[in-house]
Amino acid sequence: MPIRAVQPNVRVVTLNIDGQDLSAREDETIIEVCRENKIPVPSLCWLEGLSVVGACRLCVVEVDGGPRLQAACSTRVREGMRVQTNTDKLQRYRRTLVELLFAERNHVCSVCVSNGHCELQWLAQRCGVDHVRMPYRNASYSVDSSHEMFRVDHNRCVLCTRCVRVCDEIEGAHTWDMMGRGSGCQVVTDLAKPWGDSESCTSCGKCVQVCPTGALVKQGTSVGEMVKDQQFLSILARRRSHR
Amino acid sequence: MSGNGKITVATTWLDGCSGCHMSFLDMDERLVDLAQHIDVVYSPLVDAKELPEHVDLGILEGSISNEEDLHKAREFRARCKLLISLGDCAVNGNVPAMRNPFKLDDVIERAYRENVDLNPQIPTEGVPALLALVQPIHGVVPIDIFVPGCPPHADAIHYVLTELIAGRTPDPGRVTRFGA
Repeated sequence: MPIRAVQPNVRVVTLNIDGQDLSAREDETIIEVCRENKIPVPSLCWLEGLSVVGACRLCVVEVDGGPRLQAACSTRVREGMRVQTNTDKLQRYRRTLVELLFAERNHVCSVCVSNGHCELQWLAQRCGVDHVRMPYRNASYSVDSSHEMFRVDHNRCVLCTRCVRVCDEIEGAHTWDMMGRGSGCQVVTDLAKPWGDSESCTSCGKCVQVCPTGALVKQGTSVGEMVKDQQFLSILARRRSHR
Repeated sequence: MSGNGKITVATTWLDGCSGCHMSFLDMDERLVDLAQHIDVVYSPLVDAKELPEHVDLGILEGSISNEEDLHKAREFRARCKLLISLGDCAVNGNVPAMRNPFKLDDVIERAYRENVDLNPQIPTEGVPALLALVQPIHGVVPIDIFVPGCPPHADAIHYVLTELIAGRTPDPGRVTRFGA
């Protein structure tokens, strides 16, 4: 779903989220309305200012009591829509999703540069993940420190593709992309060249700032030192949409 | 319950750094109040050498990395009514489990030969054999309460213990998290 330009004369619809009657522009998505109204819906791949991929499924909600869960980030509001954001079933699904992310790669919070500033760590606490019920995969992933300013640790990557999108849509460089399938899937720079050899990378660091975990970090950071700043994104994204 | 009506508590550390026990001691003067309600009957912090047959509350720090860890965890589970997994090593494997992506033989070779200057040799006597896979404790025995954190803050441990003493079920997720 591409970033939409703000259009004049859009209709306003009314909908009900968790028992609250709300109004919204008809071109908004459920997650945008939830964010505006301080209704907490967890998310990971969604980031205001970037296009929508609906990949992580953490923002799933129940719509009109139907059995099929919908991603709040990629579902537009409709007149009369009734949305539930925090049922037992949703909590169970979200918890399992976060546990699977922890089981898939090697997220060792205690020795991670992003400890204390990590969206995955926050999500685990918020979704009630006090342990992981499935066995860990214990697969080994590579670390690329070839870039003079930044580092990518694929052990910490959750494949949210925020780096891919911010590099393409905001910086315009499209250095990042995806390679492989299943457990072998990973983000790559240029055509899977070492990041330090990339000819397209402008070293702007936007990918590092939007990365929710300790996968993309600044060189030279130690445990807990990698604090990210995403303020630039909403400012730049707003300016682009007014072009 | 012990004869004086106190809750009996046993603790031990498996493959951990003892940091969670240090955090336990960091409860400082609150330990005096806790001692009115609990009796520590077996622990690295007290003298008793044998785990009693029946204990109300067991607290395990560290992951399951060798045969002795496995034996202790099973013994605690068999003898403790309620079992707490304390700290990230116990809850998710944490640092000890970082050897899991490597083969055990390579790990032993690295630790006892490659990085040793004087008389390198692999210990075989008087030490328990390492397991091929490091596991969180709930990977080998059922756990009742998980208290993540590296280490969990003394306040978090205090909260869990006082809730249990009051007869309530604690929700440690409110006060601690992975890597806390």
